[in-house]
Amino acid sequence: MLSGFLEVFLETIRDVFPIATILVVFQFVILRRRPPNPRAIAIGFGYVLVGLTLFLLGLQHALFPVGRLMAEQLTHPELLGTAEAALAADWHDYGWVYAFAFSIGFSTTIAEPALIAVAIKASELSAGSVSAWGLRIAVAIGVAIGITLGVFRIVIGAPIHWFIVVGYVVVVIQTMFAPRSIVPIAYDSGGVTTSTVTVPIVTALGLGLAETIPGRNPLIDGFGLIAFASLFPIMAVMAYSQITGRRNGNEEKTQPEPGGKSAIDSNNTGVQK
Amino acid sequence: MNLLRRVLGRLSESCRDLLPIVFVIAFFQLVVLKQPIPRLAQLLGGLAMVIAGLTFFVRGLEMGLFPIGESMAHSLARKGSLFWLIVFAFSLGFGTTVAEPALIAIADEASGVAAGAGVIANNPDAMENYALGLRLTVALAVGVSLVIGVWRILKGWPIHFLIAGGYLLVVIITALAPREIIGIAYDSGGVTTSTITVPLVAALGVGLASSIKGRNPIVDGFGLIAFASLTPMIFVMIYGMLF
Repeated sequence: MLSGFLEVFLETIRDVFPIATILVVFQFVILRRRPPNPRAIAIGFGYVLVGLTLFLLGLQHALFPVGRLMAEQLTHPELLGTAEAALAADWHDYGWVYAFAFSIGFSTTIAEPALIAVAIKASELSAGSVSAWGLRIAVAIGVAIGITLGVFRIVIGAPIHWFIVVGYVVVVIQTMFAPRSIVPIAYDSGGVTTSTVTVPIVTALGLGLAETIPGRNPLIDGFGLIAFASLFPIMAVMAYSQITGRRNGNEEKTQPEPGGKSAIDSNNTGVQK
Repeated sequence: MNLLRRVLGRLSESCRDLLPIVFVIAFFQLVVLKQPIPRLAQLLGGLAMVIAGLTFFVRGLEMGLFPIGESMAHSLARKGSLFWLIVFAFSLGFGTTVAEPALIAIADEASGVAAGAGVIANNPDAMENYALGLRLTVALAVGVSLVIGVWRILKGWPIHFLIAGGYLLVVIITALAPREIIGIAYDSGGVTTSTITVPLVAALGVGLASSIKGRNPIVDGFGLIAFASLTPMIFVMIYGMLF
């Protein structure tokens, strides 16, 4: 166990090394000044390293094996009946697979550290009008829907571009109607959903399905769930802000500057849509 | 006492974050698959590590990554040197991506696919070159994307035109790019944003937007990560067309 910890710890340090080098060079060579609170920052970096190591180690040793095993079992022909039944299975015979895709997409996104970071920043800056928890739930629902649809695509074997292109069109239309302040956060949340926790389990699900369903090629059909998982949170976050924006619309009008921080008038007209 | 309460509060937050996964695994294993949970002790031990790790990570974010990202953005903006700001944005994007383990894995896989499809010669040398070229392409794309993103914050351009334009470009290039590269290109957009890069990049954008007069941190500060997941798709498909 200890050697496992050291190994992952060294790997994490190796990942952080380029970032730390860039920060140090810029701080001391180009800016030529000490950062405020260097001690707190150093301790913070230490916490991040230890935290990420424990996190990855726990995932590798416990959650990933179980998640992969379950993805394999759920896509196994036996659960669908006999092998012949699997050959004849129609898209609606995969009910539990959709249910698993939805719930694993939701639950892994809630635990995604990068998303926690963006949600903390967003709620801090909006002075609570975007709640960290609300944003994370919206993103998680987006990922859940995206992965379910991605699994459905693998089952029926439709080409991926149709879904993605239609998805982008919906995003563009939503952008025109969404409050201006949520748009950048929505776009960002598409990028952060697919990191440490979600990718390994979801990829296992996609590959398991593509191997089980006759006529699917794991190389072509197994991947691409990630693309779905980055597209749908964008829609979900914009939809979430439209729903909460309508509910809070009247309150916001009485407090035009909730953030108090360089909230410009021209921006507020956009917020109150 | 106070400290203990704070630590316990954070721990319970991490538990809450992990609860959905535990519930999903238990439900599907016991109710749907009707099987006992394998290696229960190991699972519980791993879960405890994940909870402790998440607690440390979030504390470290607030103490280390957020303050350094924002203070550097402030000082670079105050220094007033556009050149160094651009160099910083580029090297942050390039440096964090080129060593990203997820990207190395995808690049190796992609070189196998390309060799199988006869795009490149099927020998280890050619495959290694192809994988390295792909990694450099993605890292270059992320560096360029942060430069574009920082430039947008400075100019105060609305984000949707740039993103919509970018996606339009993705759609057009998808039609022209060789089929084997499309899946890899789409996936490479997702792997570029690692758990340590995201908080730093978010702090950079927010710090920059809040230190420039007339910029709203919420409207102008976010969006850097969106660029970083968009440009690799375009760059990788172009790479696939050239080689």
